[in-house]
Amino acid sequence: MSAEAMYEEIILDYYRHPQNFGTLEKPDIKAKDVNISCGDEVEIQIAVKEGKIAQIMFHGKGCAISQAATSMLTEHVQGVSLEKAAKIAKQEVLDLLSIPISPMRLKCALLGFKVLKVGLYSYLGEKRDGDECEDE
Amino acid sequence: MQASYIQVSEEMPLGKERQGSKEIAVSKDFPILQTKIRGKPLIYLDSAATSQKPLSVITAIDTYYKTTNANIHRGLHTLSGQATDLYEGARKKIATFIGANEKEIIFVRNATEAINLVAHTLHPKRGDMIVSTVMEHHSNIVPWQQVAQQTGALLAFIPLTKEGLLDMKKTNVLFAKKPLLVAFTHVSNVLGTINPVKELVALAHKYGALVLVDGAQAVPHIHVNVKELDADFYVFSGHKMLGPTGIGVLYGKKALLEKMDPFLTGGDMIKEVALEGSTWNELPWKFEAGTPNIAGAIGLGTAVDYLQSLGMENIQKHEQELLQYALEKMKCVAGVTMYGPLYDPLIRSGVIAFNLGDIHPHDLASVLDDEGIAIRSGHHCAQPLMQTLGVSATARISVSVYTTKKDIDVFLVALEKARRIFRL
Ligand SMILES: Cc1ncc(COP(=O)(O)O)c(C=O)c1O
Repeated sequence: MSAEAMYEEIILDYYRHPQNFGTLEKPDIKAKDVNISCGDEVEIQIAVKEGKIAQIMFHGKGCAISQAATSMLTEHVQGVSLEKAAKIAKQEVLDLLSIPISPMRLKCALLGFKVLKVGLYSYLGEKRDGDECEDE
Repeated sequence: MQASYIQVSEEMPLGKERQGSKEIAVSKDFPILQTKIRGKPLIYLDSAATSQKPLSVITAIDTYYKTTNANIHRGLHTLSGQATDLYEGARKKIATFIGANEKEIIFVRNATEAINLVAHTLHPKRGDMIVSTVMEHHSNIVPWQQVAQQTGALLAFIPLTKEGLLDMKKTNVLFAKKPLLVAFTHVSNVLGTINPVKELVALAHKYGALVLVDGAQAVPHIHVNVKELDADFYVFSGHKMLGPTGIGVLYGKKALLEKMDPFLTGGDMIKEVALEGSTWNELPWKFEAGTPNIAGAIGLGTAVDYLQSLGMENIQKHEQELLQYALEKMKCVAGVTMYGPLYDPLIRSGVIAFNLGDIHPHDLASVLDDEGIAIRSGHHCAQPLMQTLGVSATARISVSVYTTKKDIDVFLVALEKARRIFRL
């Protein structure tokens, strides 16, 4: 795949003007992770209402792929029930991005996904360490 | 195998060291440079992470395993004797290369292990001070943090000036507190700064401190003589200087090494073992517990031969010209921010760390990878330095003996492509 295909207009848009970027005053859920190898950082905050994601924000720093993917993901789960959001599959995130992601960049694409899952699981009381979100 | 050159002067015989050669074009000695990446010729600008290996090094390791493999120092048979000679011969070559006595050359896995060896055999007392710097690789920070935590020793860091040099005023203040040991890098793996090692060592010694110098980014690029520098400890990794991975060197002054306790214990490092206790072997073997990386040491010895056949002065000149060329061209690329000393090429070696507009270094590396260009991106194992620079990551190109101006040109074209893709 070429770099042109990876950095489509829409990815750059999300990178430079991310949706849902910022913090919440009183989040019910807060989760954060860092990609050790590259230093990318994402924190997701969620306000819960009636078992649903009433509001979701993220902040962090990192490459266009990790930031765009996280931003798209937050839009995708807005208003969704926690139970349902917790069941989102990796492929859904990759479909949101709809660009070819090389194996080397998978970690970037899925950083926000991993953080979201860890946040939801711990809120839902299922103690998991997010390992199953690691790329295989 | 001798390194090959573009011949500059006709009288100069082939294969002999040529003073003043303009360009050391040795790419053909490095088989990997024939590799294609995504259908494009590999442009390897990540030598500071690990260098590529000349055929002579690869062959030396191959030949050793095919013809001489045996354990050393333990057999009476012919092969064991030959393997021991090769291993100890490599030690001798390395000692000569950096101006040391062979008893002062301890083989370890890499620079990181060498620093750990010193850190864990230093045994500071509570309240003793250790001084490092903000520009260090994590390998010259974390072991000291560890030791300080375990012993109650104090740890302080020399800050930097805006130009990316060690702040000499603060250095004076910290050294005057009579630290037990100061540890700093010879060349920064991010800024490229060549620190004034000789002056720093003299100053530290004036206050009675021991000095450990991290030479991981220096030995591959500039002439190093540990006796001239007067460093007490000097460490480096084989894999960054055209040698194999898994082999590195701790140089230490004989008198100091003799006083130190062993780091790891077991076979090879003992003189006599009784169940009540043991006595240590002589230097350097006292610090080499267990079967060492024999092939690695032989490979590193061959890498030293290769570097010497080129001549460290020629190498430095070649790389400085390349850096100078790259620095000047990169200045003209809109949106480029470069880090480290920019005004005096003589105090920079090996690397140029930079950022391009708001492109994250990882994205930049991806775009360049598409063109067959290998660069480093990230925090370079120097997070405190990144913090000082006010960035979370940078891109970095680094050069070696096989790097050419053409490599830099291809890289510059790719930077323009990145600007286009990111609509800068
Ligand atoms: C300045 C410096 N010191 C130490 C090291 C650590 O080397 P190694 O990983 O081979 O132990 C590096 C490697 O990047 C380095 O650049």
